[in-house]
Amino acid sequence: MATPDISPNQSTPEEPPSLPAGLDAADAVAMYRTMVLSRLLDERVWLLNRQGKVGIAASAQGHEAAQVAIVEALDPARDHFLIYYRQFTAMLALGTTPLELLCGFLAKTGEPLSGARQFPLHGSHPRVDLFSFSNVVGTQLSQAVGVALADRLRGEDDRITVAFFGDGGASQGDCHEAMNFAGIHKLPVLFLCENNGFAISVPLHLQMGIESEAARAAAYGFPGVSVDGRDIFAVYEATREAAASMRSGGGPVLLEVVVDRLLPHTSDDDHTRYRSPVDILEMQGRDPVDLTRGTLKRMGILDDDVDKKIHQDARRAVIEATDKAEALPYPGIEDMFDHVYADARQGD
Amino acid sequence: MPTMNVLEAIRDAMFIEMRRDPSVFVLGEDIGARGGVFLATHGLIEEFGEARVIDTPLAEASIIGIALGAAVNGMRPIAEIQFGDFIWPGVNQLVGEAAKVRYGTSGQRQAPMVVRVAQGGGIRGGLYHSQSVEALLVHTPGLKVVAPATPYDAKGLLISAIRDDDPVVFLEHKRTYRLVRGDAPDGEYTEPIGKAEIKRRGDDLTVVTYGMMLHYTLQAAAEVSEQDGIEAEVVDLRTLRPLDTELVLESVRKTSKALIVQEDTPVVSVASEVAAVIADQAFFELDGPVRRVTPPDIPPMPYSPLQEAEFMPSSDDIAHAIRQLAAV
Repeated sequence: MATPDISPNQSTPEEPPSLPAGLDAADAVAMYRTMVLSRLLDERVWLLNRQGKVGIAASAQGHEAAQVAIVEALDPARDHFLIYYRQFTAMLALGTTPLELLCGFLAKTGEPLSGARQFPLHGSHPRVDLFSFSNVVGTQLSQAVGVALADRLRGEDDRITVAFFGDGGASQGDCHEAMNFAGIHKLPVLFLCENNGFAISVPLHLQMGIESEAARAAAYGFPGVSVDGRDIFAVYEATREAAASMRSGGGPVLLEVVVDRLLPHTSDDDHTRYRSPVDILEMQGRDPVDLTRGTLKRMGILDDDVDKKIHQDARRAVIEATDKAEALPYPGIEDMFDHVYADARQGD
Repeated sequence: MPTMNVLEAIRDAMFIEMRRDPSVFVLGEDIGARGGVFLATHGLIEEFGEARVIDTPLAEASIIGIALGAAVNGMRPIAEIQFGDFIWPGVNQLVGEAAKVRYGTSGQRQAPMVVRVAQGGGIRGGLYHSQSVEALLVHTPGLKVVAPATPYDAKGLLISAIRDDDPVVFLEHKRTYRLVRGDAPDGEYTEPIGKAEIKRRGDDLTVVTYGMMLHYTLQAAAEVSEQDGIEAEVVDLRTLRPLDTELVLESVRKTSKALIVQEDTPVVSVASEVAAVIADQAFFELDGPVRRVTPPDIPPMPYSPLQEAEFMPSSDDIAHAIRQLAAV
């Protein structure tokens, strides 16, 4: 069974959901706006890759509802976000701009995360407390535990450290070691598994002998929760609940959000080699952007005019950012010797 | 100046820095109530408590990964790797991650952490309690690698390592812990990372070495001086990355001959790099080939006492190599 059987609550259109506690209608529309911007920007990045301008891209299409809801339920002013290469939407929700992200994909001067040294979305950020060093999946998990340990040593235990990882990263030994240590010391680490069912091409049943990523938590003595990651409000509520528990000293939580990876693993992958046409069609039928739009409309907080305006604004933002980013130069070779060490430039 | 052994010097440095800076803490296997298997952390938990002296599960990847996360978030962790042989599960977090934090964030983040490693052989440890792990680490831009041989250097360099803003691997030779005694000042002082030191003056040839091999080399140098009138200059590298090529070259230009002595196996090693630097920068001042004394190129190191003794370079091996090179 490759995909856990979780019915999104959008499947009952006759009963529109109500807004979860903590969100008002404007918040919900703003979250949807970020999703639309993320989707259009993501599509643009893919296109720029096909034009030969972007070296490589890992898309977040299909993960948008989950990522936007997770960020909304947390507090970017005090929480730490350890991401990996698929947190495109989360980064927009955290305040990274379309121009900054495009500069990353196009490797242009002014790229804020790594100065265009790294694979897109890796590095740090001058305004947002996020970091992500490497493409080796799972390494961020024990680092997140260390981040939370540092907070504890300073008595800042009300800050949450969020460690994003995928079902692929969950297989690494780092995942076990990090969860074990966090469980022993009850550190406020939110282990956030975006389970899209595939580690590149390898399906879940070849990655683990259990049904749900959330089941891992039992081995470490903290709660594991699984939620439909296409359901924006379900993810928001689950994250909010986890955050409340962690801020009151409850220790770590493993939250699994079950999502679809609508595109191949990266721009260099071809998922038709390992996914059936039916599987792909079914997945496209539960696109979280469409589901969220449907939900908000049924709730009466989004209408066609507003939706149209949101799309127009997003399209304009994407075009403007693309034009600006494409006009910027690549970082020159003089920069490449900087920042190997604090006290010396290599080669001097 | 009080006399102490290398172990006491290392412990002293940690006490000083933990008292001085609340962001310094230690983590590792058996470092709490046990005080470390070699007792390097003895007494720390009594003074600083469990919060700052953390006994970890037996899991080196996360010992280094957690230290890295804490360092990135403003702390100055000291991670202890109980035996160098056990560092390999943690190498991804060290070589793959910590070494690239500053570069990969274009200077926005840093990882001021120390990984203390008890390493080296000649202690009947067999294949998994005897290894020297420096070659891969020295190969890695972004890391600093320190390998002190005396109590004075161990204390001053460890204090420098803890205060350094980049990840430092601090290689402690297990045999030096109790065997090597020497003077070291009370209280705090620092020795600079990246600076070698001439431990014996001489004009006939230069011997470049580090760690436990320094002591065998000094023994050999005294012997050839007394018996053969050969005066070897002994350069103690102290830091393996960044390498103090300036002092090595200065000495080699003076003596015109270079011998490199190490306990690590020979292929793609510190000795290879030092030899390459000398060949590149001082070729025309050389009066003989650059020679190396190293163990054989086999997995370090057999448990059998006869085989272990054969594996480890001895002061006799070094004296022999000095005599041969001096005669060229």
